[in-house]
Amino acid sequence: MRLDWTRKITLAASLLLASGVPASIAEAAAAQTLLNVSYDPTRELYQSENAAFIKHWQKKTGQTAVINQSHGGSGKQARAVIDGLEADVVTLALAYDIDAIADSKLLAENWQKKLAQNSTPYTSTIVFVVRKGNPKKIKNWDDLVTPGISVITPNPKTSGGARWNYLAAWGYKQKQTKSPEKAKAFIKALYKNVPVLDTGARGSTITFAQRGLGDVLIAWENEAHLILKEFGSDKFEIVSPSVSILAEPPVAIVDKNVDKHGTRKLAEAYLNFLYTPQAQDIIAQNYYRPRNPAALKKYAANFPKIKLFNLSEVFTDWRTAQKTHFKDGGVFDQIYTP
Amino acid sequence: MSIVKNKKRNILPGFGLSMGYTVFYLSAIVIVPLSMVFFNTVPMGWEPFMQAVTAPRVLAAYRLSFSTAFFASLFDAVAGLLTAWVIVRYRFPGKAILDALVDLPFALPTAVAGICFATLYSPAGWLGEISAKWNLQIINTPTGIVLALIFIGFPFVVRTLQPVLEELEVEIEESAHSLGATRWQTFRRIILPHLFPALLTGVTLAFARSIGEYGSVIFIAGNLPMKTEIAPLMIMSKLDQFDYAGASAVALVLLLISFSMLLALNAIQEWQQKAYR
Repeated sequence: MRLDWTRKITLAASLLLASGVPASIAEAAAAQTLLNVSYDPTRELYQSENAAFIKHWQKKTGQTAVINQSHGGSGKQARAVIDGLEADVVTLALAYDIDAIADSKLLAENWQKKLAQNSTPYTSTIVFVVRKGNPKKIKNWDDLVTPGISVITPNPKTSGGARWNYLAAWGYKQKQTKSPEKAKAFIKALYKNVPVLDTGARGSTITFAQRGLGDVLIAWENEAHLILKEFGSDKFEIVSPSVSILAEPPVAIVDKNVDKHGTRKLAEAYLNFLYTPQAQDIIAQNYYRPRNPAALKKYAANFPKIKLFNLSEVFTDWRTAQKTHFKDGGVFDQIYTP
Repeated sequence: MSIVKNKKRNILPGFGLSMGYTVFYLSAIVIVPLSMVFFNTVPMGWEPFMQAVTAPRVLAAYRLSFSTAFFASLFDAVAGLLTAWVIVRYRFPGKAILDALVDLPFALPTAVAGICFATLYSPAGWLGEISAKWNLQIINTPTGIVLALIFIGFPFVVRTLQPVLEELEVEIEESAHSLGATRWQTFRRIILPHLFPALLTGVTLAFARSIGEYGSVIFIAGNLPMKTEIAPLMIMSKLDQFDYAGASAVALVLLLISFSMLLALNAIQEWQQKAYR
């Protein structure tokens, strides 16, 4: 192959660019540093929370703290931690991903009991985004299975958000009919209307909002608000279904790593800070549902009344849900096999 | 020296040293990392392994990956030959730019290519609008995957053909012509046999690259189970479920098929070169 020098240099440069060096793990020497490994859409939320916490910590102890963030698909982030990314705290999209980290003995199996309210300082739910004026008249889950409606949702095998979408739809039908068989038929009909399964929630947002595919996007409530903010509320609107799932994206301290770094105190303060009124306000401003009733009341306009059910009401727990629905050969695979 | 050694020795010196280095580097760079795939798979046992690699979804993914890679590299063969020919044989303004453009797919992060394609062919995109009029869907179909793979594989064919074409003297064609060969005969009997080994190498490279391609394809494939899921996506999706062994199993089969195909192509090439010598 004929490659001259300029070509070689361009090639090398672009390879370097593509590999992308993760931000500032080296720069932290003097101040105490935390690494928060989180999922995709929380980028903006934790930027504000970290700034607030650093000030709070400085005032309380006189110490400077540095908090590094890493974002990506929830499952991929969990895998990175299992494979040796030394996260002090993990803040992921669903409990199952932290369970997987617990399986590799990096934190205790009962991690979810360690902080208040299932270790979830905020919740969210699953809503619809439709094109302005709602031309297809989509009001509730049942409208999604109408033949000819095109639904955008990511692949539940690769996306944590997509699993919440799936479980919300299933739970709605099972609660309505009391029959898992009918719920399965409903899910099958729904995914028949899905023309593309992106690998992550952000991918689906882009498919729907930017590329103009589909009549309705199933999305996190916070992501739906972000779409309106980014792409214009003159183009899209949010439709809240009558019933949806209470999505609990949990947080946890990675015991092995904080003990190694000597950062347990800081990590504990950081996660507990998320429950304070100040942090809860920031949570609500980023369109996540705060746990604190006062904050919820203050921002009530952002959070329409939806009947929210708990995952445990329908699916026992995450491990069971994962095994029945998303494992290879599980229900999600079955609905695609003729 | 009085006694001639019986052992036949290579005339070139330094065989032992250079071969040693070659084996060492190949081991460090290729064999050791790839053997991890094997060692990750072994603990799972035969039956779960077979179950993982013969699941209908996985089989469909293999079929899709190999067939789209095949068609894409076939197209690259024709388009690449033509492009290399034009770049080598003609002088025209902007030739240097054209020459540099060929390499762009090498340098571009594949995800960027994928996003470009998906935007272009989506219903709101330039080409998507036109193709929608003809009732032709490209995005989220195997056709879209082939298009992305053509883009990825194209430079391999051009760059392997170029030096060979440059060596091929115009005089040979002229003498063929003066001996009464028609243009088609000249191409078929003189040029093509000369180019064939390089063409095959280029196509093989493009093919091999296409089988493993992930970044650009997932954006345009639609990733529907049984329909447009490529094999590398099956691996990713197994990893996302923390199924390391299953992912390695799928990867191992992919590796074995690819390796035997590359071996076969190399054999054809050798045979071909001998036939024309």
